[in-house]
Amino acid sequence: MLRYLIRRLLAAAAILLVITVITFVIFFALPSDPALLACGKTCSPSRLAEIKHSLGLDQSFLTQFWEFFKGLFAGRDFGDQSVRVHCGTPCLGISFQTDTPVLSTLLGDFPADLSLGLGAAVFFLILGVGLGTLAAVRRGRAADKAAVGLALLGVSVQIYFVGLLLLYLFVDKWQILPASGYTPLTQDPGAWFQGLILPWATLVIVYLALYTRLTRSSMLEVFAEDYMRTARAKGLSAVKVVLKHGLRAAITPIITIFGMDVGSLIGGSAVITESVFGINGIGKLAVDSVQNSDLPVILGTTLFAATFVVLANVVVDVVYGLVDPRVRLA
Amino acid sequence: MSLLTSPQPADAEPAAAPFLDVRDLRVHFPTEDGIVKSVDGVSFTLEKGSTLGIVGESGSGKSVTSLALLGLHKGTRAQVSGEIRLEGRELVSLPEHDMRALRGRTVSMIFQDPLSALHPYFTVGAQIAEGYRVHHRVSKKEARDRAVEMLKRVGIPQPERRARDYPHQFSGGMRQRAMIAMALVCDPELLIADEPTTALDVTVQAQILDLIRDLQEEFGSAVVLITHDLGVVADIADDILVMYGGRRIEYGTVHDVLKEPQHPYTWGLLESMPQITGDVERRLNPIAGSPPSLINPPGGCAFHPRCTYKGWVPGGRCATDRPELVPVPGTGRHLAACHLTSETRTEIRGRTAAGAAQ
Repeated sequence: MLRYLIRRLLAAAAILLVITVITFVIFFALPSDPALLACGKTCSPSRLAEIKHSLGLDQSFLTQFWEFFKGLFAGRDFGDQSVRVHCGTPCLGISFQTDTPVLSTLLGDFPADLSLGLGAAVFFLILGVGLGTLAAVRRGRAADKAAVGLALLGVSVQIYFVGLLLLYLFVDKWQILPASGYTPLTQDPGAWFQGLILPWATLVIVYLALYTRLTRSSMLEVFAEDYMRTARAKGLSAVKVVLKHGLRAAITPIITIFGMDVGSLIGGSAVITESVFGINGIGKLAVDSVQNSDLPVILGTTLFAATFVVLANVVVDVVYGLVDPRVRLA
Repeated sequence: MSLLTSPQPADAEPAAAPFLDVRDLRVHFPTEDGIVKSVDGVSFTLEKGSTLGIVGESGSGKSVTSLALLGLHKGTRAQVSGEIRLEGRELVSLPEHDMRALRGRTVSMIFQDPLSALHPYFTVGAQIAEGYRVHHRVSKKEARDRAVEMLKRVGIPQPERRARDYPHQFSGGMRQRAMIAMALVCDPELLIADEPTTALDVTVQAQILDLIRDLQEEFGSAVVLITHDLGVVADIADDILVMYGGRRIEYGTVHDVLKEPQHPYTWGLLESMPQITGDVERRLNPIAGSPPSLINPPGGCAFHPRCTYKGWVPGGRCATDRPELVPVPGTGRHLAACHLTSETRTEIRGRTAAGAAQ
């Protein structure tokens, strides 16, 4: 198990390296020039050259990449003669726009995504698996058709539509909830919860479909297995047969998908949701950074999200091995 | 009397109520293409301590019959009619809740392929213990100890260790033993073994059959053994029921049916068995044709399209009249469902024996 873990983590590091390279390459293929953006309206060639130098953009692609890579492990110093900024390990760079270290910005925005992602994930997992199991047990009947239909509806509507609709109904019209947004849990748990209800609901509505259908088809496959008949033949109650023997076997593909979804959600993939509900998360940060051609932040958000997805992958494989003894890892 | 619904006559009423008494059991499955009559009028009795072998091809209805004995068709779309009396208690009309109390405890089943019949995610010990805890209020530890004890009884070495292993870590024969342990954990009175040796190789097969026989002697249970292998039946069964197309075609003691078979299908089965003695070059002698459709069974005798001897029956009755299961003259309990008269059958068998001897 340990050797497997080490191998997977090394592979994960390799993947992250490749992602970094690709992001760099894409950035350099972009037409916009961050130095120009930072220079502003009244730009003179010498000022432009100064800015370029301070941002390190006058160096070659390889040198820039190498500086970045070194910085991850050893920290980096930025700035010109007058102002020197030190950026500690792991250094993800300094934002072109705000001159603040990228890592601290990321860590500042991270709790919002963590709350948003994990909260929604818990709900859509429980609801999705519950509805899917119900649909499988009542296959072909009204409950099945209702569950699947509802799920399909959920996945067909767009996040911005559902989000805005919910905001309109709950905040404007009925005034049941206060304006949504992120309040740190440590600051005010009540406000934290209330501000996140609608964003959670929106994400759940959209993700529910996937988990309902996935659970349903996985359960139906398991129902056809011989060991389900054996369980009945032993005299187990229907509930035990379905939940203990059935769900346990059916849960493995669900775990795989769930892990990856959680990984990407907390890494900041809920961009539209953040935008609709005014949550300052990493998704919003990422979109802004692209618009501003802020390479360090682009790199930072990309790597941050990628790290979570890749790690989630490793965790999911390990958990799979824990659940299914036939897949015990060497 | 309508061909499709004529009930099979009850066999001669036994003196005392038998332990297991199945009367005119029918299991029909409604499908889009029609009603599949998997079991169409099967009756038999069984006493404790005795073994009934149910023999037939794939699709003859033997497994469906066994599932009906466990009440596993309840809640499905299957239509079950007839009676199954276990120690006087009627099972077909028994509600699911009450049937569940019997499953695994009074009636228990060993399935064909233990690798797929055991849950891959739970240890063997846990699955056996679970079977015990369903019917007995005991602590987890007591159930686990019982599981280990059962594994020992079925001859698995190092049972404490093996109880913590998963099914895929066992060999085929060991797995089947574990399955038997699980079926016997509550000391059932009726054990149904559905092709317990089909998935195993021959040497292991012999061991498993010995085990079943020993355990039967020890526990005094009644055993229904379902198989397509006549060798297996000859080895451990006391009575044989030959099924074809969901119906009974021959029923009697092992000696009567295998030594003095009375039905062309049984003759065909026996003749198609490879002989270990004799010429290696000799071709096998299968029964021509294939099993009948259960949605649209042949009129009259279910076997007649494949029967070589229907010409011996005057008036072409084989195609129109469903033969009743009647006692063979001169025997007490040997029944066969065939329009050939007893004399004709003796003549045919005499000729075939003479032919084979040449």
